[in-house]
Amino acid sequence: MWIFLVTEVLFFGGMFLTYTINRHYFFTAFGIGSNTLDITLGTTNTIVLIMSSFTMAMAVWSAQTGKKKLVPLFLILTLALGCVFLGIKFVEYKQKFDHHLIPGYGFDMTYRSTHPAPGDEAKEIALEKKEVEEAFASDPDTNAHAQLYFSLYFAMTGLHALHMIVGAGLLVWLIKASLGGRFTPQYHTPVENVGLYWHFVDIVWIYLFPLLYLIDRHR
Amino acid sequence: MSEPEHIVSPKIYLTIFLALILGTALTTWAAFQNFGRFNIVIALAIATAKATLVVLYFMHARYAEKRTRLVIVCALFWLAIMLVLTLSDYKTRRPRMSRLVSPAVCYPV
Repeated sequence: MWIFLVTEVLFFGGMFLTYTINRHYFFTAFGIGSNTLDITLGTTNTIVLIMSSFTMAMAVWSAQTGKKKLVPLFLILTLALGCVFLGIKFVEYKQKFDHHLIPGYGFDMTYRSTHPAPGDEAKEIALEKKEVEEAFASDPDTNAHAQLYFSLYFAMTGLHALHMIVGAGLLVWLIKASLGGRFTPQYHTPVENVGLYWHFVDIVWIYLFPLLYLIDRHR
Repeated sequence: MSEPEHIVSPKIYLTIFLALILGTALTTWAAFQNFGRFNIVIALAIATAKATLVVLYFMHARYAEKRTRLVIVCALFWLAIMLVLTLSDYKTRRPRMSRLVSPAVCYPV
């Protein structure tokens, strides 16, 4: 399992590298792109994922100590938290569709500040408008460069979400087996290995969260 | 397995969990403060600290056998090769690269 995780480190590492280089060249565009992300949802998701890692670790502990009834309980909790994470991610993606921030033909960085929805706070919109105007003043190609940010945002969070979905599938398999009392102190390698995978996916998010959500909040 | 495996107690898991939540709160708070160019350094330092806790305790690396540790170090080593060599390449070729992007970005006034 560890060897597989090494390949995963390099897989995600390549994307982080691409991100770093482009962020270096298109600093402003990446900044305003990042500021459109919902920080409340992002932080909530980080906490949800850390909680799921904790319940996963507890599932491993239950298996190691032979607490057969607790194993499926902790696994189900982990799966539920994983689903909450994916649900929140879905809401965030939906927002980006609504705000014309999907890379492609309809992409428009100025859309949200010029077409405020009824529920939007005027102050927030004014701030975004100012920020976007400043960005366009310093870089006329902001739309193109912000698309790079959003391409990377969707590629990285999408790949992460795909890993979560695979993890959820593995959890379903473990829950089924653990309900039959399959895992004992002598045999629980599957629980441990899925645990390693799940924690790895958590680590990826630990890096994605500051790099995608928090890079330009301090202005 | 020949060696008896080390069992990490729920108390340690809970402590690590709380430390990770604290780290998340800290990094979110720090992001809104203006530390100039150090914002990114602080963010990455906190993320690395959190990741280290996960690897050492949740993933049991602290109690793992030498072979497992070697694999982990290998991952970091290869990642470092990829990052350092590629970034130094980009850094030294910057004038050439800049022709591909708009002048406003590469030569800010």
